[in-house]
Parts: sequence; structure tokens; C-alpha cells
Amino acid sequence: MSDNINDPSRRRALKVGAALGMGLAAPSLIYTRNAWAANFRNDPTKAKTVMLGFNVPQTGPYADEGLDELRAYKLVVKHLNGEGDGGMMKTFKPSKLKGNGILGKKVTYVTGDAQTKADAARASAKRMIEKDGVIMFTGGSSSAVAVAAQSLAQEMGVVFMVGLSHSNDTTMKDRRRYGFRHFFNAYMSGQALAPILAAELGTDRRAYHLTADYTWGWTQEESLKNATEKLGWKTVAAVRTPLGAGDFSQYITPAVNSGADVLFLNHYGKDMVNSLTQAVQFGLRDKMVNGKRFEIVVPLYSELMVQGAGAAAKGILGTANWHWNLPNEGTKAFTQSFVKEYGFPPSQAAQTCYAQTLLYANACEVAGTFYPPEVIKVLEGYKFDGLGNGPTEYRAGDHQCMKDCLVVRGALHPTGKYDLLEVVKVVPRSQIEYPASMGGGELGPYIV
Amino acid sequence: MTHTVKRDRMLVGGFALAVLTMPVWMTPLGAGYPDLLQRFAIYGIFAIGFNILFGLTGYLSFGHAVFLGVGSYAAVWSFKLLSMNVLPAVLCAMGVSGLFALAIGYISLRRSGIYFSILTLAFAQMAYNLAYSVLTPITNGETGLKIERVDPRLIDTWLSGPSTLIPSTNFFGMPMSGYSGFFFCAVLLIAAFYVALRIARSPFGAMLRAIKSNQNRLNYAGVHTRPYALTAFVISGIFAGLAGGLLAATDPLAGAERMQWTASGEVVLMTILGGVGTQLGPFVGAVIIKYAENIFSAFNPQTLHGIFAFLPDPIEDVVVTVTGLFVGNGWQLTLGTLFMLLVIFLPGGVIEGARRLGVLIGRKTAALRGRRSQPLGSALPASGAASE
Repeated sequence: MSDNINDPSRRRALKVGAALGMGLAAPSLIYTRNAWAANFRNDPTKAKTVMLGFNVPQTGPYADEGLDELRAYKLVVKHLNGEGDGGMMKTFKPSKLKGNGILGKKVTYVTGDAQTKADAARASAKRMIEKDGVIMFTGGSSSAVAVAAQSLAQEMGVVFMVGLSHSNDTTMKDRRRYGFRHFFNAYMSGQALAPILAAELGTDRRAYHLTADYTWGWTQEESLKNATEKLGWKTVAAVRTPLGAGDFSQYITPAVNSGADVLFLNHYGKDMVNSLTQAVQFGLRDKMVNGKRFEIVVPLYSELMVQGAGAAAKGILGTANWHWNLPNEGTKAFTQSFVKEYGFPPSQAAQTCYAQTLLYANACEVAGTFYPPEVIKVLEGYKFDGLGNGPTEYRAGDHQCMKDCLVVRGALHPTGKYDLLEVVKVVPRSQIEYPASMGGGELGPYIV
Repeated sequence: MTHTVKRDRMLVGGFALAVLTMPVWMTPLGAGYPDLLQRFAIYGIFAIGFNILFGLTGYLSFGHAVFLGVGSYAAVWSFKLLSMNVLPAVLCAMGVSGLFALAIGYISLRRSGIYFSILTLAFAQMAYNLAYSVLTPITNGETGLKIERVDPRLIDTWLSGPSTLIPSTNFFGMPMSGYSGFFFCAVLLIAAFYVALRIARSPFGAMLRAIKSNQNRLNYAGVHTRPYALTAFVISGIFAGLAGGLLAATDPLAGAERMQWTASGEVVLMTILGGVGTQLGPFVGAVIIKYAENIFSAFNPQTLHGIFAFLPDPIEDVVVTVTGLFVGNGWQLTLGTLFMLLVIFLPGGVIEGARRLGVLIGRKTAALRGRRSQPLGSALPASGAASE
């Protein structure tokens, strides 16, 4: 036997060659199997139920939004399975949903804590995909998380319906074929807000930005800078603050002494509650600078934040994707159903997540399959109504929903505990629309 | 001596077998999916490296995650600039974190004990804050450093032209996600385990143990201990860098939170939980913590109701409410309780517990055998002595 090792015989060479060949061929065998249409990751065709993954931040600075998202998801699962009062399923048009799950399969779900961290969110999403076998995952309240989860979705070939994400990058630079965003974005906020700002604050203002230091803050700052500078405003400075800073006083003092007369707070969640409260405590709103009253603007608003900030938010302008007291059918049905379930009205985070899940479920019904490329093709260019935002289109070119958005103000005389925002204007889609090619980015392939 | 060599070989062999078959025996525990298995292997490497410094040399570094983070960033930059192959990335990660360890160790090792710990913690916090805000062009701050389609990837572009999509990481064509990624990490974990074992058995390892037991005595004997400690620090840093590089290889995204003090604290927990200074302990600790983090945190009241469904309803509700505090968001509470109990009752960690259990069982079986052989009389004291 020993000469076999030292002697490079023909038989041995053949053996080694064959082994190597098998080894090299093995991965390509797996690939070709995946490419076969009827065989895709987490195919639920043979199962009785279909599993969805709800990946929301339950800890961290955006946890309030995350928990409200989770409420909406639990509600939508009920409605999809034909329990409860049906909510927006009754008003959603055109819809093929029947209230018997998705394609006749009962909907079940798993949840995960995205922790408002890209790393943790991806780990949690991977668990859902690899262990729990979800066919679609959704949720999240930070654009950093949305961008990271979206690229994971593309790698894994599992559809990701973005939760709350307002950064331009999500559907511009970092757009992906397997990611879809219902929420509006920072560019739209800038376009919607600018005319109102010009009307209320004039065209000769000096702005100071405090910006959350990550993709969402960056793009919102850029969008508002562009929009306001077009009005004739000047930008004095833009200062980046770390996410979850807690104490913003060290950033507010320089803003007071900078000669600026408008402060933009590009913050969200608990950060915005803290920075706005502190700015008001510093007496910014009672100051006169350059002969004008000092103003604070919060470009992205949410009911949950206004609840947190309390009186500090009175009269402050901003934009929102949706509000629970809008006078349309879908909104009424959803608010009624949500209040019945939880005892208080839903936030815009809840609405967008609810809508996203319905949209995905309906796309499966229309496609007649769970096979992701077919589902994606249905969603691309899908025109619908009745989900609370009026007529809406999922644009095929960048997977961004195009619809009206709201300019809102912290209510001066709130009539109730939850009636804290008043809608200043419903800005029509035509005013905030932009070409799908803006911002660059590649969606990538259908089949991965 | 040959006896030890034989036992070590068996240890490495057994370890390799246990690690490579993890996809099989972890499945009933709910952990048999690639992402978590990869984490077991990667954090195992991290903890094994940390043990060389803490367990062997007795220096408690409270900022070890900095090397994990630096390794991740180095690896992602290698993906961006050189190639999507993980080989240069991992080498890059080890090299850069080694340099960092040399610089931080050179300064921190001038002190020992609590002062050393505080110094390393300060360096780690500094690195974290730099990565988070000042060095945003290099680290991309909170958003995290990720691969772009337009990255240069010089080697890949030179070999096969510019890519139209975002390529994924690979080891000469073998994808790094899924089970192949796990086996890649597992092989490196086994190698790391072997290297750590060889270090522990070498004269150099003996010197490290001497530093731990009494550094003053060594100094009086005329031995200059700092170069040894620094070498241990750098080796440990390179292990952490390897782990960081693998984190980036299996998931090409590097965030600053990897360097946060909580991450540094986690590896200390892993090592103590498993057993400081033991060979297997750090890996066992890493597996327990990552398991708790990923599995317990995913439990929600629904799953608990499912588990306790056999109880009568009122009792079930109470049980679910109480246990609910320890799962989901409260998984750290479970970990904290477990950690407290271990430190109080089993300072040697899980490995110590297993050893004690082994002795206990040994004694029981010996006693049993003794009782059976009682009619023969004289067998009892003999077997009792054997079990001691």
C-alpha cells in the first residue's frame, strides 16, 4: 500500500481528478436547481400555511414606531385570514383578496427585533429566511436597516416590503428588485414643504440643519437644502448628530448663535422628541433673529413623536405620509378597525406596514403563485386605490409608490389625546413627482 | 508527555467532529440554520483568541471588540478595492487588526490589572466614536460600510471585466452564504482551536501562564515580561480580526456597533460563562450566548402559549406572563441570571460544571459497582479510592 502514496500512478491520478470534478460540479448543481422556476427559496406550495416575517425595531430610538408596526401586522394577518372586520381589505381596489389567507393558505408569522441596527436586523432577517422559512419579510423603521435588509432580500431571493423608510437612497441609489417602498421619501418632503414654507416664512431666511448622521438624515438634509435654496433661502450650516444621542443641547447652542432664523431638525423617533423638546426649552421659538421670529421645522413628522414632544410641537410644520383622520374610505375603515382592536388610532408607520402586507398578498393572488419574480412583476406598475392615500401607483422603474403626501402642523388647539396633528395641505402627486431614473441605482435581476 | 500529545490529538479530533456535525445535532435545538451556525463559529474564534490573553496571560481586555470591528472594515475594504474573494479579505483583516493590536497593546500593557482594562476600554470607545462620526468617509457611519456595484474591485475587474450586478463574496467560486459559508468558518475555527492549543502547550504558553500567576517574581528573576504579553495581545487581536473578517465575509456589511463596549463585554461573558483558561470553554460560552441571543429573543407570548398549552388555562397564563419576562426583549435577563448563578456557584464556567458532573457520575457508578460487589468484601475500599 505504501508505494501507492509515493507513486503517481494513472489510477490514482484518475481518482483524484474524479473527486475534484465532483467537488467543483456540486455547487453548480445546486445553482441550476435554484434557477428552475418551480423551485424557489421557502416555496410554500406544499404547505398548508404561508409564513411571513415581521422584522421591526422593538428596542432602540425608533422602538415606538416598531411596536406600532407590529400591531398593524397582527391586524392585517387577522384580516387576511378572514377574522375581524376586514379593515382596508374592503376598500382596497382592485383586489383579488378573498379573506381566506393568501392563495388559500392560512397566514402565520414570526417576529424579530431589528434593534434599529443594520447588523441586528440582517441577523434577524436571516433567521426568518433560513430557519422559519418566510416567503416575504417586512418592517423596519430606519433607512439604514431598510437599505441593508433590501440588499439581503436581493441576495436571498426573498421579497422585502420596506416598512418605514424615508431616505431617498432606498429607492434611488440603493434600489433593489426584491425591495418595495410604500412610504414617501425625503425628496417628496422637500418638494411638498417648500411652497408652504415660502408662504408662511417668506423667501429670505437663513436655515440651520441638525441631521441624524446616517443615510436618511443625509438625504433629507440634501433634499431640503435644495428645495429651500431654490426659494432663495440660505443654509448657514448643517451639523450631523449621532443616532440615539439622547442629549442635543450641545448641538442646539451653536445653532442659536449662528445667525440662522430657521432650525431644521432632521431627526426622527425618540431623537426628534428629545431635540425638539430641548430646542423649545432653550427658548428658540421666542427669539427674534434678523428681525424675524425664529422658527423650527421638522421635515418628517409622526403622531407618535408629537405625543412624545407634547406642547413643544404646537404649530411646528412638517410632512407626513398619512394621518388617521383623513376623510377617505380606506382611512376610515383602517382607523375604525385599529381603534376597535387596540383602543387608539394608528400611526403612519402602522398604515404603511398594513398597506404593504395587503399589497404583497394581493400580488400573490393576482400572479397565482408565490414565485417571487412573478409576484414582483405584478407589483411593478400596479395602480390601486383605497389604502388610505388615494390613487397610488407602484412605479416599475424604482419600486417607489407615487401618491399624494401631507404637509402637517402640530395642532395649536388639540381636541383630543390623539388629535395632535392638523393637515395643512394634501399635496398632489404631480407636484412631488420625479423621473424614476433620478438618483441612479440598479434594480438588479428578477432571478437570483 | 506522549500521553498529553495523544490526548490533545483526541481533543482536536473530537472538537473538529463536533463542530463539523453541528448542522445535524443543532437542528433539534432549533439552531441548525446557516446564519446562526456561522455566528457560533465566528464568535468561537473571537472567544478562543480572547482566552489567550485573558485565560492564559491574565490580562482582562475590556475593549477587544475594536479588533473585531477593524477586521470587518478591513475585509469590506478588501472586497471593495481588491476582490470579492474572501482570502485577501481575511488576510487583510488579520493584518490590519494585528497592527492595531500592536499599537494599542504597546500603550495599554504599560499598566496591568484594572488600569489595563480601563485603557483598553478607552481605546475601544475612542475607535467606536471615530468610526461612528469622524471617520464617516472610511466607515460610512451609522449606515454601515457596504459593497456597491461601482466599486473598483481591481483584481476581479482585471480578471473578468466590470460586473453588472453586485457580486457576492466567495472562496474561489464557493459562495459564502449558507452552509458552504459555515464550513469555511468551521474549518478556520478548528484551525484557530488547534493553534490556541499549541500555544498553550508551548514554552511560550508556559511563560504566559507564569505572567498570569506572578509577574513580579518573573521580573525579579530578570525576565522582561512585556514582550511576551504584547505578543499574546497581538495574537489575540489577530484572532479577533479573523473573526471580524469572517463576519464581513459571510455578510458583507460592517457597522460601528460591532465595536461598541457591549460587544467587548459580550466576549468577556462568553469566556467566563464557558470557563476561563480552559480549551473548550470559550467556544462553549460563545455558542450559549449566541444561542440565547438568537433563539430566546425570538420567543413571543404566542410561542410560550404553545409550549405551556398542556397546563390548565389560569396557571398557563401566569406561567406565560412570568416566563415572558425572560424571553423576547428580556432575553438579556435570562442571560444575566444564568451568568450570576454560574459566577456564584461555578466560577469555572460550564466546563467546570461538566467536569464536576463527570466526577459525580464516576463516583456514583463506582459506588454502585461497589455495592454490587459488597458480598466479596474487600472490593469496596479499592473502588472508592479509584474514583478519587
